[in-house]
Amino acid sequence: MSDGGIHPAKPFPEAAHLTLQDGQMRRNLGHATRTIRAKREKTVLELPDWEELREAGSSLKAHVMANLEPLLLQLEQSVTRAGGVVHWARDAEEARAIVTRLVQGTGAKDVVKVKSITTDEINLNGALEAAGIHTLETDLAELIVQLAHDKPSHILVPAIHKNRAEIRELFVRELGLPDLSDEPRELAGAARTYLRKKFLSAKVAISGANFAVAATGTVGVVESEGNGRMCLTLPDTLITLMGIEKVLPQWQDLEIFLQLLPRASTAERMNPYTSFWTGVHAGDGPKAFHLVLLDNGRTRVLEDEVGRQALHCIRCSACLNVCPVYERAGGHAYGSVYPGPIGAILTPQLIGMEHENANTLPFASSLCGACYDACPVKINIPEVLVHLRARAVEHKKAHSSLPTLEGSAMTVMAWVFGDASRFAFAQKLARLGQGPLVKEGKIGPLPGLLGGWTETRDLKQVPKESFREWWGKNK
Amino acid sequence: MSAKEAILARVRAAGVQSAASVARAYRKNSGWTRTEILEQFAERTAEYKAEVIRGRESDLTTLLEEVCFRRMLSRIVVPAGLNVDLPSSLTAVFDQPPLTPEQLETCDAVLTSCALGIAETGTIVLDGGPGQGRRVLSLIPDTHLCIVWGRQIVGSVPEGVAALEGSVRAGRALTWISGPSATSDIELSRVEGVHGPRNLVVFLLEEGT
Ligand code: SF4
Repeated sequence: MSDGGIHPAKPFPEAAHLTLQDGQMRRNLGHATRTIRAKREKTVLELPDWEELREAGSSLKAHVMANLEPLLLQLEQSVTRAGGVVHWARDAEEARAIVTRLVQGTGAKDVVKVKSITTDEINLNGALEAAGIHTLETDLAELIVQLAHDKPSHILVPAIHKNRAEIRELFVRELGLPDLSDEPRELAGAARTYLRKKFLSAKVAISGANFAVAATGTVGVVESEGNGRMCLTLPDTLITLMGIEKVLPQWQDLEIFLQLLPRASTAERMNPYTSFWTGVHAGDGPKAFHLVLLDNGRTRVLEDEVGRQALHCIRCSACLNVCPVYERAGGHAYGSVYPGPIGAILTPQLIGMEHENANTLPFASSLCGACYDACPVKINIPEVLVHLRARAVEHKKAHSSLPTLEGSAMTVMAWVFGDASRFAFAQKLARLGQGPLVKEGKIGPLPGLLGGWTETRDLKQVPKESFREWWGKNK
Repeated sequence: MSAKEAILARVRAAGVQSAASVARAYRKNSGWTRTEILEQFAERTAEYKAEVIRGRESDLTTLLEEVCFRRMLSRIVVPAGLNVDLPSSLTAVFDQPPLTPEQLETCDAVLTSCALGIAETGTIVLDGGPGQGRRVLSLIPDTHLCIVWGRQIVGSVPEGVAALEGSVRAGRALTWISGPSATSDIELSRVEGVHGPRNLVVFLLEEGT
């Protein structure tokens, strides 16, 4: 990693080669993602209008991207009117400097943090540590990662690669609790006790944001444990870092995302806690509120007509949980805080397709389409993957020699995935064991940079019936 | 050029064409009858390990006494504007002058009202209105006792969002609560009890005696 949490240090095939040797991690991941997939099916099917909600989420996000400038200006105005201060950061470095300066201004030497991938994206903790400010992660999974000096491997559950026994061992060692069992309830209790005092004495908190409503200046954080509520309520100063794409036009729009997000991410009808605040509330909560709006490559993604849908992502992690490549390679193989299918399309676009390691990420997929079916805002991840593969090939062609075979396979895929009905047809063919991308009922071997890797790995068979087809028949 | 101008200039340069209108073809209402709404609310709130107690307005004092005895709760935080007769066995702790977090830690429970309930998701929403108090009151004590009136319960999330529009416009902070504090961080299974109240008791009340 260079200056941020989104710069892969190795090409994907090389990084995956390493992670694939970790059998324990793969078993942990397989167990967790299987659990969530089974639960999710039930929670999603319970809603008769899931497809309509997805459509609404998708079209609303497209509307946001087309109106980003007026929405951001309106958001700034609303937050300011409510007593908050808005800051703008072009890149990671600028954002780190703003947050560091804000914390230094309070004189605090410790800050509490509620999980925010955006702060991981800009490597905020490192910058604060360098300035002599200690950051404490308060989300259970982030705490586990921090105590283990590890890296996050999932956007919702950053410590998904660790099982309960490993977590127990870590807590016994790092928190000095020899009598702890590996019961999840007891492990959660240990984190509660450990963090309670720190919450009560914290002067500054740093958070991310799931949504911000332009019309009212209302910012929202969706969480489970209550560490978010602690951070958003107890300290005197709250600093929230948010990507510019998270803005929503009006309060009413939450009716869509508060249904899509919890069901798609943790397979719950509703997550335990969601907090909304509007600027500063007299006598209740922080006395100072700062909202830092971050670009850091997002406007670069916006330029690409096909690729910009990656900005619609609401970070639910559903695409990770259904991805056969993610399940086997694990989150660390993606070398970025954004792993899995969304990472494969977001990371290279955020930092630029010329990044030699990042531009291998679009090949980290069997194009089975499960991510598209799972995505609550209908991001056509396979379409973007193929588009980015073509861009990577173009880049390679311009900068080195590339076998023509790869170029032609790319062209076939670009054609297949360039259109929804062609894609659906290809999926059908794949199940019948035919079609351009299939061998013995399996997708692969993958043409392209990952070819050598998939030849030796058993990639998931295309499901007999895609969720979309099932839905078409049964709704 | 300031960072703001630079970012907005890049947004403009990306030239995203305005998209088709937002498709809002999803359901606005649950389609349930009043009775079903109350039943679903009770069932779904309980599914997330909250204790749901149904009763009449006139029963509240008795119900409170019973729950607090069973759960061994005696010092109860009572926010301003909550018009409830606490049973004499309980000690009311008022937020006047404002309680410090440390003082709140010495209380066994907090008793609040709420802004509304949502049946489809088993959710209660606090908006800081009368009887709800500051956000920290319902956060630090380990048990949250919450009074919900039958008439406050809506069927669906869109109905809840619509009903809260006024609070949001008035700049109030909202806390949506669905069951007690929980985590899915260990092996992606939901277990109760991390930082928020580990116990949630909902009194679902109807008017009259
Ligand atoms: S791309 Fe879609 S499925 Fe994946 S995390 Fe984002 S919103 Fe969820």
